[in-house]
Amino acid sequence: MIGGSAGAFEALSVLLPSLPADYPLPVLVVVHIPRDRPSALAELFRAKCRVQVTEAEDKEPVRPGVVYFAPPDYHLLVEADGRLSLSSEEPVMFSRPSIDVLFESAADAYGERLVGIVLTGANSDGAKGLRMIGDAGGTALVQDPATAQAAAMPLAALYACPGARALSLAEIAEFLQKVPVTK
Amino acid sequence: MSRNTEDIEMRLLLEAIYQQYHYDFREYSMASVKRRLRQAREHFRCASFSLLQDRVLHDPAMLPKLLDYLTVQVSELFRDPSYFRALREQVLPHLRTYPSLKVWVAGCSTGEELYSLAILFREEGLEARTMFYATDINLEALRKAEAGVYELDRLPLFTENHRRSGGKSSLSDYYTAAYGGAVFDKSLRARTVFSDHSLVSDAVFAEMHLISCRNVLIYFDPELQNRSVGLFRDSLIRKGFLGLGAKESLRFSRHNGAFADFVREERIYQKRDDGDRV
Repeated sequence: MIGGSAGAFEALSVLLPSLPADYPLPVLVVVHIPRDRPSALAELFRAKCRVQVTEAEDKEPVRPGVVYFAPPDYHLLVEADGRLSLSSEEPVMFSRPSIDVLFESAADAYGERLVGIVLTGANSDGAKGLRMIGDAGGTALVQDPATAQAAAMPLAALYACPGARALSLAEIAEFLQKVPVTK
Repeated sequence: MSRNTEDIEMRLLLEAIYQQYHYDFREYSMASVKRRLRQAREHFRCASFSLLQDRVLHDPAMLPKLLDYLTVQVSELFRDPSYFRALREQVLPHLRTYPSLKVWVAGCSTGEELYSLAILFREEGLEARTMFYATDINLEALRKAEAGVYELDRLPLFTENHRRSGGKSSLSDYYTAAYGGAVFDKSLRARTVFSDHSLVSDAVFAEMHLISCRNVLIYFDPELQNRSVGLFRDSLIRKGFLGLGAKESLRFSRHNGAFADFVREERIYQKRDDGDRV
């Protein structure tokens, strides 16, 4: 699970293209995007990545080796049976999709098998969710605030989840390569 | 508290609400239900779902408060303007050929979709021959829908949406500002029946030409989605129209074969001629 806001496009441009075509895990991504127009994220990253990239659909079963982006103006959640759900509940901290909403549901669905990553951003969305991932036994990672285009979101995440590790993008990319083996 | 214990308690709480009050959330999408019940648990200062269950079982006044958490009531007038533009330009020319029309807003919540359609039908000269049915399980939301009062600070968004939907009049023609709210003209709902109806447990009640049910099915699990879409199929006349939310589709539905894409990108479907037999 990856969440990001201001500057996240550049950060994801380092992380997602590094994944091999046969990556054995699903990757769910929430980026704060404008609500009133279609998002080009899935299309842009499809061209850059070896893994499959798509915009999440309601009740779609989560498949390994696929990157799912939350659509604009909907929250993205994971069900315990491994399907995706969308929701138009209230925005959380002015954001829909919200990172916290995805992380909270994923912590429940995946527990210790989950890796949560908070990237660059200018608000505090994702902090509470990352804490819940940590509490559920999952791995909590944060983009090193010193290397983030906007440090507020990584700082808030580290404050809320002191057990989280702060890594550079290169280190996170390396970690993602190794996760399937170590987890 | 382990996550497993919390899940057991949540299922028991939903079972209790069903057995005592006949509101059935057991086949809703659980990730979202859990999140909203956690908010309710915090709000009512209960340490666990079991304690919340105790409160709701022994205090009927708790039920409507809890329903406000369990039913999502977030909408706006002319939400997704392109949907209303597609209705206006592509669906209404077909509906115009019928001498009388029935339109069902299923899961109308606080009424934003109903007023949007009523304004659209008035602008297009179809209002006088149309009956609208606006249904929801949340009685408090239905009362608000019937009152038709929205916070004034939401009106700029509604106005912009209406304009982008191809609106032929000014939205301000339809409401008056009073006491910090926008009170919508009651003539807009003169041809509307507001009613308590559940997609989980209730049946077909009329033959519809158009059903608009947007951002309701996403809160249901696949089985309940199937039931609801089956109910829509049975409620629609042949070649009747079904509009879903921007990110909802019939792709994973058992009844997919009963419908054809009509405006694909707006998730507007048309019941096939042989839709009843599929």
